[in-house]
Amino acid sequence: MRNQSRVAFYLLLMPLVLWLGLLIIIPHIDMLLISLRERVSFGVYDRSLAQYEKALTEPLYLRTFARTAVMSVLATAITLLIAFPVAYYIAKMARGRLQQVLFLLCLIPFYVSELVRTFGWMILLRETGIVSNLLQWAGLADQPVEMLYTDATMMVGLVYTSMLFMVVPLVTTLESLDDSVIEAGYDLGGSGLSVLREIIIPHAMPGIVSGCIVVFMLSLGNYLTPTMLGGKDSLWFTEMIYNQFIVRSNWELGAAFGFMLLVLSSVIVWGMLRLTGRTLKETMG
Amino acid sequence: MIPTIPQSRTVRIVYGGYVALFFLYLALPLTVVAVFAFNDSQFPSLPWEGFTWNWFFGDTRPQIGVFHERGILGAVGTSAFVAACVAVLSVAVGTTNAFLFNRYDFRGKGLLYVLMLLPLVIPGIVLGISILVFSSTLANGIWDLAQMDIQALRPGLLLVILGQFSFITTIATLVISARLQKFDRTLEEAALNLGADRLTAVRTITLPFLAPAMIGAVVVAFLMSFENFNTTLMLVGSDAPLTIAMFDRLKEGSTPLLNAVSLLLMLGSSLLALMMILFQRRS
Repeated sequence: MRNQSRVAFYLLLMPLVLWLGLLIIIPHIDMLLISLRERVSFGVYDRSLAQYEKALTEPLYLRTFARTAVMSVLATAITLLIAFPVAYYIAKMARGRLQQVLFLLCLIPFYVSELVRTFGWMILLRETGIVSNLLQWAGLADQPVEMLYTDATMMVGLVYTSMLFMVVPLVTTLESLDDSVIEAGYDLGGSGLSVLREIIIPHAMPGIVSGCIVVFMLSLGNYLTPTMLGGKDSLWFTEMIYNQFIVRSNWELGAAFGFMLLVLSSVIVWGMLRLTGRTLKETMG
Repeated sequence: MIPTIPQSRTVRIVYGGYVALFFLYLALPLTVVAVFAFNDSQFPSLPWEGFTWNWFFGDTRPQIGVFHERGILGAVGTSAFVAACVAVLSVAVGTTNAFLFNRYDFRGKGLLYVLMLLPLVIPGIVLGISILVFSSTLANGIWDLAQMDIQALRPGLLLVILGQFSFITTIATLVISARLQKFDRTLEEAALNLGADRLTAVRTITLPFLAPAMIGAVVVAFLMSFENFNTTLMLVGSDAPLTIAMFDRLKEGSTPLLNAVSLLLMLGSSLLALMMILFQRRS
């Protein structure tokens, strides 16, 4: 029996090890090694930090890196601000059928490809688009208005794309908050604001943290939205990775960029977990 | 602020209005995509030129519908093939992972669990390039050793499947683990007491119990694979899945054909999602 169970254990361990080893761990080590080399001549490479030096001294690269990070944080904050009242409404104000329907409605856009969602925003906001026509019809503009290719449009798209990943964890945590606790807060003389600050938000913290982590990751790693909705100035870091790999075939620099993105996202996720004293296992699992 | 605590009328109206606006925001882009699939014009924008089915069934230029457009149909086939492979693979590995983490205690279990979650926090583009880099290292190594060129290790469908599998497996594992945790192990022991061997007990008792979660995971994996863009973009070869094919066309300028494809996609995925929800409610 013991022997049989050992065999079963190794049989179950094997797919996991193969999957993580061959598709996650070794490829990332290989990517790190490639980013740490420099082409000397045809087929000859030297170990060097040249790629990172280039990435950290070239103003365009550095600015894009910082911009992507800041804009992603901003997108996360906006998503949280917009989603929280809605999640609270679904969890605490709506009842019965309405609650279920509203929750399902939030899920629908997620089942539609990101490409389709982005395409929808393009139809709405382009120069010949719906919003531009609407503005002209209402007399608010006397010529077609181009609303695509700006940072604001890109932000609308980013927030839209990741909204669901904020609403769902928030609804789940807020639902577990007992109404009587909120009533008690009011009974003890709390105002709406102090109940929100001292009861609701602390209770919703796990949901806020996991929502923020996922939304931040999705924004940082997004390629479609910045490419399709953002302007010439709103270059995203993922676009630079793509350019180095596919357009310029400069894999060494591209790999270095990839690693920088990975480190940035890990540091921020780790920082968020650290600030709130939670673990990755609790948040994602 | 909860229903049992009285609030002023204005506050309630403003709050309700805000929630309504939010849902309008959610619905708006999808609605316009759907509506303009029926516009009898070369562009998916105003003015409205009248209603037509041509972007679905048309077979003459310039309005060739989805069902007569070889490129799009081929891309749908490619996507479906990739998604089916990814779904089967990731649910298989997800199931073994779930058993491993649920049934065994071993050294390094915590670490392996965190590693298992990792693919979710790695940006899709980075997953894509790391696999691209590694497979090309492998291919070059094999070439140097044996002068053999392994085409499968160059960008193409195999790499796309592996790339998507690498993170969808985490989701499958989580979905199946959640159900396995609710399983009452005494049922399995009863089967063993009645003379079944371990494998039979798992096959006849545990797996049927897990089936709803496994089917749910298959559907989720299929949808995620079908819609994946970032990882696929880095690994794609000459056979483009649907999202990549649509992206290429969108860059060149869009016709309502893309709206028609999008509408069909929306219908298809909501149908699948709905079926899954109904199925899970029943069991």
